[in-house]
Amino acid sequence: MENAKKAARKRKIRKFIESFKTNKMGMIGAIILGIFIFLAIFGPIIYPYDPMQFGTAKDVMAPPGPGRILGSDDMGRDVLGGLISGTRISLAVGILATIISMVVGTIIGVASGYYGGRTDAILMRFTDMFLVIPWLPLMLVLAAILGSSIWNIILVIGLTSWAGTARVVRAQALSIKERQFVERAKSIGADDRHIMVKHILPNVFPLVFANTILVSAVAILSETTLSFLGMGDPTHPSWGMMLHFAFESGAASVGAFWFLLPPGLCVVAVVLAFTFLGYAFDEILNPKLERR
Amino acid sequence: MNNIANDIIEVKDLKVYFDMSRGFLEEILAKEKRQVKAVDGIDLNIKKGEIVSLVGESGSGKTTIGKAILHLVEKTGGNIFFKGEEIDPKNNKEMRLFRQKAQMIFQDPYQSLNPRDIIIDIISEPLEVNKLVKTEAEKRERVVRALEWAGLKPAEDYLYRYPHELSGGQRQRVAIAGALVLEPEFIVADEPVSMLDVSIRADILRLMLNQCRQKGTSYLFITHDLSLAWLISDRIATVYLGKIVEIGDARLMVGKSVHPYTKALVSVMPVPKVRKDRKMTILEGETPNPINIPSGCRFHPRCPNVMGKCRESEPELIEIEPGHFAACHLCSPHNINKKGPRS
Repeated sequence: MENAKKAARKRKIRKFIESFKTNKMGMIGAIILGIFIFLAIFGPIIYPYDPMQFGTAKDVMAPPGPGRILGSDDMGRDVLGGLISGTRISLAVGILATIISMVVGTIIGVASGYYGGRTDAILMRFTDMFLVIPWLPLMLVLAAILGSSIWNIILVIGLTSWAGTARVVRAQALSIKERQFVERAKSIGADDRHIMVKHILPNVFPLVFANTILVSAVAILSETTLSFLGMGDPTHPSWGMMLHFAFESGAASVGAFWFLLPPGLCVVAVVLAFTFLGYAFDEILNPKLERR
Repeated sequence: MNNIANDIIEVKDLKVYFDMSRGFLEEILAKEKRQVKAVDGIDLNIKKGEIVSLVGESGSGKTTIGKAILHLVEKTGGNIFFKGEEIDPKNNKEMRLFRQKAQMIFQDPYQSLNPRDIIIDIISEPLEVNKLVKTEAEKRERVVRALEWAGLKPAEDYLYRYPHELSGGQRQRVAIAGALVLEPEFIVADEPVSMLDVSIRADILRLMLNQCRQKGTSYLFITHDLSLAWLISDRIATVYLGKIVEIGDARLMVGKSVHPYTKALVSVMPVPKVRKDRKMTILEGETPNPINIPSGCRFHPRCPNVMGKCRESEPELIEIEPGHFAACHLCSPHNINKKGPRS
């Protein structure tokens, strides 16, 4: 009988994939992201790279050529290698921060929407606070106080980006809690926890999911910004960190575009891929936007 | 009206008022709070195995009465007794037991089933919430039994479907199975067939009727359709603006109704063969806003037989013959024979 349950779920997933396949924007996003995820996981195996191995004087900011496709950086290290190992850091930070943001935002949004009244007022004013504080200075201050380890950066980004999710989830929870199946759950004696976990959460989930992907884009951008401004973790060089060093060493003024452009383009591509995916999911999972 | 011994539900002077939300300015000026008097003093009892119908127009407060009896909306005043005992909605243990014994069937089967759950999860939810089953096999067995009872056979075909894969009638059967799975003693059925195709209404009603007869379950059947109420219930109460204006045996209510409101409802009941002398009373206007309830008899602005007295004093519910009560100034005992309907 568990098989039948799985089959029902499988049917649903298959339906989702079917409609995803016809969504061009989503497919482009998925392909770009797929390439980067592949690089993040297998890149360092295919293309070994040691950030501690500095080149000789003639290697410093050497232009692309045989043996080093993308040239080398200000320390004579291979740019392509740095780029590939940076993929892993940038994606990991972005995704982990998004998970924190999603969990916090969903819990606050669901609780706020479901309980309403005073709980709602308090939680939403708290959320508003996070929405109106300029996030960049806040992140900088937090990163400076907590110190620039990679875990702190994940935490800081996660804790500054949940407010939008909380708002969206609250709005949806407000509408779902008035639906009749919630009343039915109450009439059979279900408590608040049961209603939130079994009825509200599954029905806000599609929204959370679509929102998560959009937040991922912002999280990766945030990480790049923080690292570019020198708040990154120097032991885990990300794309933002590469941009930082490129800028510091004057890559732009000496015309070393091979040092400056690749990490920038990678950030753009990944953020774009996440945004495409987010819109595609929103279109598929949000029945009101569905085109017929 | 006081057969307390085998009453499943007894309601005394039940009131449900909703506060109107006030604007900021009104809040500051501390104007009197405006209230919607959805239910304004109702007495009702339902015996074991009895089907009582509440009939009234939309906005008359009949659904609110049903929900208040189940403690799904907070009552403003009055008492609700379940098997002779008043339940304290704040006492979790009492409420838990009450919820197992009293269920609700909702109007709209498209709304009352969570679209993300499969049927087996929907129907077993009452069992899981109340921790009444221990093993998966036991749960499955009870769900299958409830589904087959509700006429979805073979039940195995439905267990792992989503609500959107079923038709309206099938969904309402699922909703009924979900209410029956706990084997409740009292069910509030809020317009259970109004969203369904006419062709399947009879089946669903028969299902509920059988259940009532075989298991002795009591029903409060809420409907706007007097003929439906007449068909299935033992007693009928007509509700107007949050008050019961007439209550009595189903046959008496249709055949010998005395309240002008009930009479108007009876006069427009669809009948297979319309007699030539049939006179229909079409009520003018709509139910007034329950914020400003008319003075005196609340029905007087629309009443065809309105008298001077009706504007000033509100009639009490009085017994005009055994088990038949009406709240109308026309119903003083000597008036009944004269004003009785031509039948």
